[in-house]
Amino acid sequence: MARDDKITVLNPMGYPPKVTHKPLAPRLETLDGKTVYLVDCRFDDAEVFLKQVQAWFAEHMPSVRTILKPISNVYTKDDPVTWSEIKANGDAAIIGVGH
Amino acid sequence: MTIDHTYGVPTVAFHTHTFERVVRSVVEVSGMPHMRQVFVPMPVMGKTPQQLRAYIDGNDPITGRPVMQEVIEGLTRPFGAEELKEVTFERSTPRLVEPDTEENLHRLFHDNLWTDQLPIILPTEERVAAMLAHTSHKPDEVVGHMRATVFREYWEYTVEKVAVNAVMAGARPEYFPVILALAATGASARGSTSSSAAAMVVVNGPVRHELSMNAGIGAMGPHNHANATIGRAYGLLSQNLQGGAVPGLTYMGSQGNNYAYNNVTFAENEERSPWEPFHVQHGFKPTDSAVSVFTGCRSTAFTLGLREKHWCEHIRHMLRGMDPHNPPTLVLDPLTAQEFIDRGGFTSKEPLIDWLYDNARMAASEYWDYQLIQNYIYPRATFGEEPWASKLKALPEELIPMFRREDIHVVVVGGETNPYWRIMGCNYQRTISVDAWR
Repeated sequence: MARDDKITVLNPMGYPPKVTHKPLAPRLETLDGKTVYLVDCRFDDAEVFLKQVQAWFAEHMPSVRTILKPISNVYTKDDPVTWSEIKANGDAAIIGVGH
Repeated sequence: MTIDHTYGVPTVAFHTHTFERVVRSVVEVSGMPHMRQVFVPMPVMGKTPQQLRAYIDGNDPITGRPVMQEVIEGLTRPFGAEELKEVTFERSTPRLVEPDTEENLHRLFHDNLWTDQLPIILPTEERVAAMLAHTSHKPDEVVGHMRATVFREYWEYTVEKVAVNAVMAGARPEYFPVILALAATGASARGSTSSSAAAMVVVNGPVRHELSMNAGIGAMGPHNHANATIGRAYGLLSQNLQGGAVPGLTYMGSQGNNYAYNNVTFAENEERSPWEPFHVQHGFKPTDSAVSVFTGCRSTAFTLGLREKHWCEHIRHMLRGMDPHNPPTLVLDPLTAQEFIDRGGFTSKEPLIDWLYDNARMAASEYWDYQLIQNYIYPRATFGEEPWASKLKALPEELIPMFRREDIHVVVVGGETNPYWRIMGCNYQRTISVDAWR
């Protein structure tokens, strides 16, 4: 085979799944008077970080009620118990800190 | 992501800036490209409350905008028309690469990050067909699904796709059933953990001899073609069939891992081992051929032999040096296995594993303070999962087991030039039949 001959080879990549659109929740008009859950994903000192977020709200937006809430298990697992609680009792969520 | 999309709660997520590309990619392939994200500097771990407050009072290192302004806007700014547009799309992978010269194709494979940076064999149709001739399974049969992390999407792959990667690794066609069995485990050898893990592969049964695999001198590398290329194929198929192992995107191992070049692949020395083969311990017959996969390989401890006076202390110290989130698999030369019988009376692997479990202990307060235990075990303990929930009740100074007994394993390999042995920190995943893939 000459150096400039073209050859055919196979693509080594696998098959990705189809991507399906997932709509997000409508945003709030304001945070005043709302309850915001600060969700601790229990990874790499996230709780220490979120306590500072909580302190920031207390100083700068005292009308916002914040609740610090650790997830029930490891961050790699879904947590329907916590999500249901926030849906029932809260208006918004701030999750941290992922990688 | 679930809480925002499924539960309808407006949500903002904090991440560290190093993971920006990963985060953007994950939300896009999850169908939520406009998920609201805010970034703070890496690291968060180990910083004081004052330092973290400075992060919060400062700017997002990606956008340059105030962090808390982005948080407030993320929860209150309505989505624009562009953000509300449907993002549903199909993705596909063509079977063939555009024809080109060998030189250009080698460059293309390298530039597309389809290799492990070492030279590869180009997967021509003839070479792939030769590989496929060594299995009874059809080329379009789905072998399994794999993903780089729990947050990423599963990709699918067929027998032919596995063959393509086996050719690239330089594997001989007769190795193909072992490589298919590895692919069928669904366990990635290119996990995207920031801890930089590799895999370990142990082959048992008659296939070891059929393929002239090495279980003796130099078995763990780099001195045998089958050991070398089967393990390399496992790495290549993992990165390509799961959708990539691109540094900063689909691979986040902070330091990388030299074990990943061929994933510590060897045959167990069943003939010289005084104990039951590993695959027999996991439900197979001695006449079956099987392959076992371990992941999370990062740490290794080693020593020479078992000294008469202090062998117990020496082993305790070796175990004590492991991270308690990375359980031990003892990799013993046959001479060392015999020493374990002579010194400790361990006539099978089971009492040895019992002894290791009983002797690998540390103070409870120290155990719970390990970062990986805090990240992955402490939440499970507080959720009531055993045995960790009981460990949580221990007094701070109480010596508690570092590992679960079922996570401790023993394999025998080596050529008896000396009773050297090592402890590999790793997680046993599963044992798969090779015969089923012939």
